[in-house]
Amino acid sequence: MKNCFDKCSKRIYNEYNEIEWAENACPISNVMDILLKDGCVMYKIVRKKELNDAVTLMEIEAPFVAKKAKAGQFIIFRIDEQSERVPLTIAGYDREKGTVTIIFQKVGFSTKALGALNEGDYIRDFVGPLGKPTDVEGKKRVCVVGGGVGCAIALPAAVAFKEAGAEVDVIIGFRTKDIVILEDEFRACSDHLYLMTDDGSYGEKGFGTVKLQALLESGVQYDEVLAIGPVPMMKFVSKTTEPFGVHTVVSLNPIMVDGTGMCGGCRVTVGGETKFACVDGPEFDGHKVDYAELMSRNGIYREREAEVAKDHVCRMEAMGKALIK
Amino acid sequence: MANMTLTKTPMPEQDPKVRARNFQEVALGYTEEMAKEEAGRCLNCKNPKCVEGCPVNVRIPEFIKKVAEGDFKAAYEIITSTNALPALSGRVCPQETQCESKCVRGIKGEPVAIGRLERFVADWYRENVNAMPEKVPSNGKKVAVVGSGPAGLTAASDLAKKGYEVSIFEALHTAGGVLVYGIPEFRLPKSIVANEVKKLEAQGVKVMTNMVIGRVLTIDELFEMGYQAVFVGSGAGLPMFMHIPGESLKGVLSANEYLTRTNLMKAYDPDSDTPVIKSKAVAVVGGGNVAMDGARCAMRLGAEHVYIVYRRGEAEMPARKEEQHHAKEEGIEFKTLCNPVEILGDEDGRVCGIKCIRMELGEPDASGRRRPVEVPGSEFVLDVDTVIMALGTSPNPLIRSTTPGLDTNKKGCLIVNENEMTTREGVFAGGDAVTGAATVILAMGAGKKGAAAIDAYLSK
Repeated sequence: MKNCFDKCSKRIYNEYNEIEWAENACPISNVMDILLKDGCVMYKIVRKKELNDAVTLMEIEAPFVAKKAKAGQFIIFRIDEQSERVPLTIAGYDREKGTVTIIFQKVGFSTKALGALNEGDYIRDFVGPLGKPTDVEGKKRVCVVGGGVGCAIALPAAVAFKEAGAEVDVIIGFRTKDIVILEDEFRACSDHLYLMTDDGSYGEKGFGTVKLQALLESGVQYDEVLAIGPVPMMKFVSKTTEPFGVHTVVSLNPIMVDGTGMCGGCRVTVGGETKFACVDGPEFDGHKVDYAELMSRNGIYREREAEVAKDHVCRMEAMGKALIK
Repeated sequence: MANMTLTKTPMPEQDPKVRARNFQEVALGYTEEMAKEEAGRCLNCKNPKCVEGCPVNVRIPEFIKKVAEGDFKAAYEIITSTNALPALSGRVCPQETQCESKCVRGIKGEPVAIGRLERFVADWYRENVNAMPEKVPSNGKKVAVVGSGPAGLTAASDLAKKGYEVSIFEALHTAGGVLVYGIPEFRLPKSIVANEVKKLEAQGVKVMTNMVIGRVLTIDELFEMGYQAVFVGSGAGLPMFMHIPGESLKGVLSANEYLTRTNLMKAYDPDSDTPVIKSKAVAVVGGGNVAMDGARCAMRLGAEHVYIVYRRGEAEMPARKEEQHHAKEEGIEFKTLCNPVEILGDEDGRVCGIKCIRMELGEPDASGRRRPVEVPGSEFVLDVDTVIMALGTSPNPLIRSTTPGLDTNKKGCLIVNENEMTTREGVFAGGDAVTGAATVILAMGAGKKGAAAIDAYLSK
């Protein structure tokens, strides 16, 4: 029973109290019926897979998004009426089924809440595709570098490069063996796959940048290096390629509210100019991004988020108690 | 015999000290008695100038006469024959520069409180009748409206009344545009906007949220889907910044972001998951209505000091006098003739102050306002932990960059002809997308003109 409340919005909760429940009825599906009857369009989770302890894959039914989605673009989800809008880069799509795949790390409050949902549940909003797609045209050989959960977004880019006719090298790096994700998928779409772990427990030992440095030194010519992962990793990939003069693109993940070019929260400094990741990006020239500023700005709400997480537990407990009464 | 009192019947308001800390509506609205008394001040001019001053030409003396007679329902019907959203315009219109500026009673004394009366009638109707309009039989023609702000809602309503099958495509998760993300609850309760949207739906208008036109669907795809005309009311766009040092520090936000977090995402509600900065001292840069809204939200979210920093004088402020007055009453400190030169940060990258320079007014510039000039050596620092930039916006690039043949001017605003049609056949536009940041009522006026132009275009 309590599990259901973890998914409840205040509105559902209010309506919930007005209903006489049949014995053993599944509250959440009844509640969803109420909402759908009201004409709310909601987005169904059709598949869920835990890729490792911290990373979850979800396939969401969103035909309009699936129809248009391209590698490099992102979506914004919102779980319920009380939730914040959270951007996530698209990890895959199936135009025929009308579904979009997202892969996310349960780090913040909202990604944890999303991770607590299951197949068959609905989320309130799922909007996209937003941002500009990865520019894959006209490249002979590229290197896609993915770090940790960033590999989830690196995968569709690698696939898109391959489909556009490029020779694709992939370097994916993880902390340790237990958190390696999408190895088979990368193997299928790359010409060379280099799997790295920081502790050497799987693949080769070392950071992805070490491998990239070695490849560049050995004389491999790339038209482009695309780096997707934690900000420090993207910064060091860009530092690595700079002396070689290789065009480098990074996919940024600043804080956003609307994601449509209105709030300006996602502004980043690129080559001394203010750019908005939601409409000008999210991919930018890696040699021009002000990483220190991006890292600092991404920490704006860290304290406040911890507070929300604490309050939220209390809210759910209160709801749970009210129901049991 | 007309009520010859020289002043408007006062509007009951929440006490400034109390309201500065809550998000409930500031102005409480007239009672029936107050409305009748104020309506009695109207001279019912033969040649009413007030109507000319209204962008949607509300038949002002006629509705006021009905209010004086106590027939509020008839008054409502007169208003809504030309104005689809009176509960909104009665609250947020700058009447003092429009209808009320033309009122003959204003020559000697105060003009008739037209805005307050309009609001009263709309509220009375919502509370006492609130009949949902009926769906007009379809004429079989489909029109797409992009954006559900004041321009889009007005265009949709006028088109639906003529029998068009209208779909509104809204980018955000809630319909209303600036009425829900920008204008705060204490000036325009969101339930009122929601009620207007409900009325549109009763007229058969389909409202689709999470539809970012230019990304999810393009204008060309709307035509492929069978829409015969498109009205673009996509509103203002990206916030402008000053390009001074320190603007990327933690604690510098655009007014759009601050207001969106506070209003649309309800950051003031402890149940909301969306964070907003809890500020002790806030500087809001700018002198428009948006700056006032930002400052008043900051005060309500618990700031101890809130400053308006504006480079010209108070007389030059574009914000409505009423908003300035309300802001001051609530304890907002005006630092006029001051311009920020740098935002100061601590070692953690958080804002800890804003360095400003004093200004004096020189010769008038192109806008006719006296140009502010820096006073050398007059720099000073305001201790603040948050800076909100309310400097206006530049148009959103999503639609123009994905619609071939849609021309914009140098600023990026859509170009329209005298019939509100853009440079693309069948694509009409109005509101901030065309004019750049302006007012709700001008957008409503543009929505109205756009709907009439679409009707003429599709009736050819």
